[in-house]
Amino acid sequence: MPDLLAARSQMAMSLGFHIIFAMVGIAMPVLMVVAERRWQRTGDRIYLDLAHRWAKGTAILFAVGAVSGTVLSFELGLLWPTFMEHAGPIIGMPFSLEGFAFFTEAVFLGLYLYGWERISPRAHLAAGWAVAVSGMLSGVFVVIANAWMNAPTGLRWVDGRAVDIDPIAAMMSPAAFPQVLHMTLAAYAATGLVVAGIHALPLLRDPRNAFHRRALSVALLIGAPAALLQPLSGDLSARFVAHWQPAKLAAMEGQFKTERGAPLRVGGWPDEAAGETRYALEIPRGLSLLAFKDPGAEVKGLEAFPRQDWPPVAIVHVAFQVMVGLGSFMALVSAAALWLMWRQRELTRHRWLLRALVLAAPMGFICTEAGWVVTEVGRQPWVIYGLMRTAEAVTPMPGLIVPFLVFTSLYAVLGVVVAWLLYQQVLRSPQTAEEDAA
Amino acid sequence: MTAGLGPAELVAGCALVALTAYVLLGGADFGGGVWDLLASGPRKGRQRALVAEAIGPIWEANHVWLIIVVVLLFTCFPAAFARLAVTLHIPLSLMLIGIVLRGAAFTFRSHYGAGHGEAGDAGAGTTERWGRVFAIASAGTPVLLGLCVGALAAGALPVPGRAAFHATFVAPWLTPFGLGVGLLTLALFAFLAAVYLTVEARDDDLREDFRRRALGAAAAVFVAAFGTLGLALLGAPLMGRGLTTAPWAPALHAATGAAAVTAIWALWRRRYRLARVAAAGQVSLILWGWALAQYPYLIPPDLTIRAAAAPRITLVLVLWALAAGALVLFPSLIYLLRVFKREPARP
Repeated sequence: MPDLLAARSQMAMSLGFHIIFAMVGIAMPVLMVVAERRWQRTGDRIYLDLAHRWAKGTAILFAVGAVSGTVLSFELGLLWPTFMEHAGPIIGMPFSLEGFAFFTEAVFLGLYLYGWERISPRAHLAAGWAVAVSGMLSGVFVVIANAWMNAPTGLRWVDGRAVDIDPIAAMMSPAAFPQVLHMTLAAYAATGLVVAGIHALPLLRDPRNAFHRRALSVALLIGAPAALLQPLSGDLSARFVAHWQPAKLAAMEGQFKTERGAPLRVGGWPDEAAGETRYALEIPRGLSLLAFKDPGAEVKGLEAFPRQDWPPVAIVHVAFQVMVGLGSFMALVSAAALWLMWRQRELTRHRWLLRALVLAAPMGFICTEAGWVVTEVGRQPWVIYGLMRTAEAVTPMPGLIVPFLVFTSLYAVLGVVVAWLLYQQVLRSPQTAEEDAA
Repeated sequence: MTAGLGPAELVAGCALVALTAYVLLGGADFGGGVWDLLASGPRKGRQRALVAEAIGPIWEANHVWLIIVVVLLFTCFPAAFARLAVTLHIPLSLMLIGIVLRGAAFTFRSHYGAGHGEAGDAGAGTTERWGRVFAIASAGTPVLLGLCVGALAAGALPVPGRAAFHATFVAPWLTPFGLGVGLLTLALFAFLAAVYLTVEARDDDLREDFRRRALGAAAAVFVAAFGTLGLALLGAPLMGRGLTTAPWAPALHAATGAAAVTAIWALWRRRYRLARVAAAGQVSLILWGWALAQYPYLIPPDLTIRAAAAPRITLVLVLWALAAGALVLFPSLIYLLRVFKREPARP
């Protein structure tokens, strides 16, 4: 394995691992405080049990997220020292702010987890909200840093280095708002729906189980609206890409030729050598319409860019199809669930909905991983879009396959242990029927 | 040195403060793991329980100080960060594995068995195994951190790309002086943890256990500190010279010595709160001695704080961000420590 590929693989693996814990760390505290609030208001002990269990899950996931995030902050330099040497002063600002947000999150999570008996119920709930808000802000700041890599602002690039830098302008990259919105919604949608799916499964067998019914209602409250809004936010992101990263858009859509009235391709396999995308279902003028709000608009194909500036087309296209396909399913299921909840129908009577929720459970995380593949692989061959190539940024350290394999094995073990622990500590269901709970 | 203090020096000072906080707080959490590893005698289980109780609510917050140091380094001194990350790739990667295993294993241990899932005998065995991982990672990570600091302090980090693999990626950190600093770091962390635990123990037997451990660790610090100074004179002449001949050296050594003697005397007389203050002072002074000895260099012998610094606009913005962040952070941290580190009621 060439060193550049090993470094990219290690970074992708580390980010792909960390993102799951980071997302849960953003959204889980909201579920936990909603459950605690409901307990405080209604006195229903099941909500307290839920808050305890979710807090325990958050504790396990937050710890792994914290240490895997530390690994990433070092890996930026261990793998990409030249990138950091140039970009550090420009995008260090959001990382510094993220540091404080993460600090706040860690402090209040400690208070929340260990403070049930030590601080007042009000202070405890407030600590939970502080965790939720600072967790969200951590994510926002990190995504702002990534957005700059897609649309670098706040600098002039002269002779291979940045001059006249402006770190505030760098935080205002045109990519920042669409990416932050898309990722924040993703965290709530994926986490909410995975929890909903996990509790929908036992409800198929035991629809009267009060514990799972309450868990499902809180999880849908957080996850479903986010999943429903996500396609709109995705449209905003796609229009950003169309405008600022036309080569990425062409790869996402498998668009090789520059044309007016370009079709939207659903599925298909891009053949880079032949320069065409086969087996796709084509919706005439769909891409021009979606990307530029004009069915006759010209869409630049990959042919408009030098061959060495193409991202890997097939990976980006397939990842994009996966994200859009699964995301659409999540949005539909969420719309149905919200409709039934709004009409005050009993969700557990609709077995098809429970089945669809079980099916949707892992989809949010698959979508997120696929979405980051689109963002990151689609930015290749650049690490700073249009300015610095990834190959220029990599460390001169040889044998990078070794750390790649070591960290991959380490994370594989951690992943298995975390999954087992969550099953043990959080998911195993208590047996409380609705009548007993009353 | 005549250039005076600019934003670069201020940020470097903030990074040193953050590093000091990491050593005093996060370091003690690693030291706690060392005492978990070395738990012995009739109160073995209770020693481990005290360590877990002391670390549980705060280790993640304490850990963030390290991230602050890293972020300050890559934002404000990117040239230094890049060179450290390239030449110390191997020990930093090993240290990260230690950090991951320590944090993850501690959390896994805390959540196995206890709580909703009745894990039974299998659960107890697993808890013990994660406890071992936590303890061993806690003992190994400080040594690796010390190795990296030692390589930096020795002024041995090459400019990458000019030498062979061994000379660039191994030789700078795998030295007797580096190992000395590694062991000194381990001894300091264990010393801090034992001293803190004398304050946090709730009964006299346990307090005596950690008093003896603190005194033992103080002896280990003494040996490691003088051993490292000797190795510095042999293998890290810049550091050795700074620590022995600089005009501030006698005053610094006198202050460090006074703090060390106070800590030992206070432990001997069972004045634990005084011992805690003195021990923290002693460790901080050792850290600052290193910083002073290599000032104005960030990476001796050729990269100064000024030369490595980011453009002024970045430094100024980061200083503002630090000020704003501190306004949120310090009240929160004080609240956290007040809730969990309140004086145990005297019997």
